[in-house]
Amino acid sequence: MLLLAFDTATPAVTAALYDGRRVLAESTVVDARRHGELLMPAVDRVLTEAGASIGEVTGIVVGTGPGPYTGLRVGLVTAAAFGDALGVPVHGICTLDGIAYAAGQAGVDGPFVVATDARRKEVYWARYDSPRERVTEPAVDRPDEIAQTVAGLPAVGAGAALYPAVFADVRAPEHQSAAALAALAALRLAEGVRFAPPLPMYLRRPDAQVPAGYKAVLPK
Amino acid sequence: MADEPLVLGIETSCDETGVGIVRGHTLLADAVASSVDDHARYGGVVPEIASRAHLEAMVPTIQRALKEAGVAASDLDGIAVTAGPGLAGALLVGVSAAKAYAYALGKPLYGVNHLASHICVDQLEHGVLPEPTMALLVSGGHSSLLLAPDITNDVRPLGSTIDDAAGEAFDKVARVLGLGFPGGPAIDRYAREGDPKAIRFPRGLTGPRDAPYDFSFSGLKTAVARWVEAQRRDGVDVPVADVAASFQEAVVDVLTRKAIRACKDNGVDHLMIGGGVAANSRLRSLAQERCGDAGIVLRVPRRELCTDNGAMVAALGAEMVARNRPSSTWDLPADSSLPVTEVSVPGHTHEHPPQPAHQHQHEHHDHVHELSKDNLY
Ligand SMILES: [Zn+2]
Repeated sequence: MLLLAFDTATPAVTAALYDGRRVLAESTVVDARRHGELLMPAVDRVLTEAGASIGEVTGIVVGTGPGPYTGLRVGLVTAAAFGDALGVPVHGICTLDGIAYAAGQAGVDGPFVVATDARRKEVYWARYDSPRERVTEPAVDRPDEIAQTVAGLPAVGAGAALYPAVFADVRAPEHQSAAALAALAALRLAEGVRFAPPLPMYLRRPDAQVPAGYKAVLPK
Repeated sequence: MADEPLVLGIETSCDETGVGIVRGHTLLADAVASSVDDHARYGGVVPEIASRAHLEAMVPTIQRALKEAGVAASDLDGIAVTAGPGLAGALLVGVSAAKAYAYALGKPLYGVNHLASHICVDQLEHGVLPEPTMALLVSGGHSSLLLAPDITNDVRPLGSTIDDAAGEAFDKVARVLGLGFPGGPAIDRYAREGDPKAIRFPRGLTGPRDAPYDFSFSGLKTAVARWVEAQRRDGVDVPVADVAASFQEAVVDVLTRKAIRACKDNGVDHLMIGGGVAANSRLRSLAQERCGDAGIVLRVPRRELCTDNGAMVAALGAEMVARNRPSSTWDLPADSSLPVTEVSVPGHTHEHPPQPAHQHQHEHHDHVHELSKDNLY
């Protein structure tokens, strides 16, 4: 087994190579504006570091969000294209599940919340009973709207750190890690758990606004 | 010919997911998935809707193109993709997909300019482009006159619209007339039944002191709207066909007049017209007439190759391969406002960023490519 995992649903552009037992290489760069530029060099870096070639990869693992759309799509279209070009399966995992699993690795136990930044003063979030047991569907809300639901629970993820009034007990990790995502995928594969289709979790309808001067792509 | 470069091209700068495959100057496949119907009720392209549609359509459209061309992905000599200009989020889907295919297949990646691709596509229709090429590109996003001494690394803007693109004016006038979106085909259809001389609408930027190669369609659009509103206010039925024909005539009159002048001024004896508006029947016929009078050879690709498509990107990619131009690095960015002078994008980490040929030549006082009003090629 050689899993190539990556996630671009949060400001972290993270990629990792996992052989079923251990992480062979990982690269995580936090830059919310350059997912498209950073992902493929990260993939290239982890493969080079592990001394592996893309042709040896047996499966792709990708974070399906929720996350800001432009970045999210970079990972998903890359995964779909790899899957097609290499003829290997693409396993989608909710990005919040990846962060929850990493939280477990970092020692968080019992009920907690994962929250990432959804911009526009909102968070993408879900509740977990344990690192591998999500008990609510991923949602996007204003922190004050969910304050009562998350009160008293530890919270992980950069979205939680942004709203200390609502998330009082913020724990590590702050960012998504493709290594954790790959390890979680390997566990699910071993258990025969079905994966989510590698499709984006947008959770919001598109802004159906035609910008003024749309399509005017040339400098005027 | 089997030794000509086999290139797959991906285009996602607006609302069409286009994947084309060419071998040299031969078109093998041109697969397009369009989200235009999803945008119609908004009266224009909604970027987020376009981006979502690109993600859904990307892999199926690539598979369809490969099947149509009857080639295996492993046989490709390169993957080309529109790196800009266009809608940022839409471009990023195509660029990311192109990188993944190129990386997985071990093929070079070529990030190319959308506008240069619009020019290069004519090689698939009419064979080798003479150089320099004079091109008039008109669509919902562009209205430019371009001179291309080398389609792979030297494209120079002579003029462009200072306000609306020609295609935008078609859309807006169609909206005024209640003809729906996109407006180009509807106006063209109605105009066939109308009198192009019925109403004398203004010709923007055609005065003796105006920029000779720039365009302006905003005033025309307003003039049409005013005229129509005045009719309605007076309770008179709007002669839709006559308005459509007269408006269309004003647009194509200016476009062709300026394009012919650019050819004459620069000593270029042929004119290429591309972009979605090149599908307009009156633009084609008037351009043909005026080029004929001026002794200029007109080259307009068939309709499907004028609108945004992947074949045009593949055509430029194949030319890049044929001329040994450098490929792009894995950090290739999508650039929504990529200037037309950047025909290809090497990426940030490129070791030897290619210099436009004319810069070198100017340094060396070599005036082979220097443009002047009287310079004949
Ligand atoms: Zn175009």
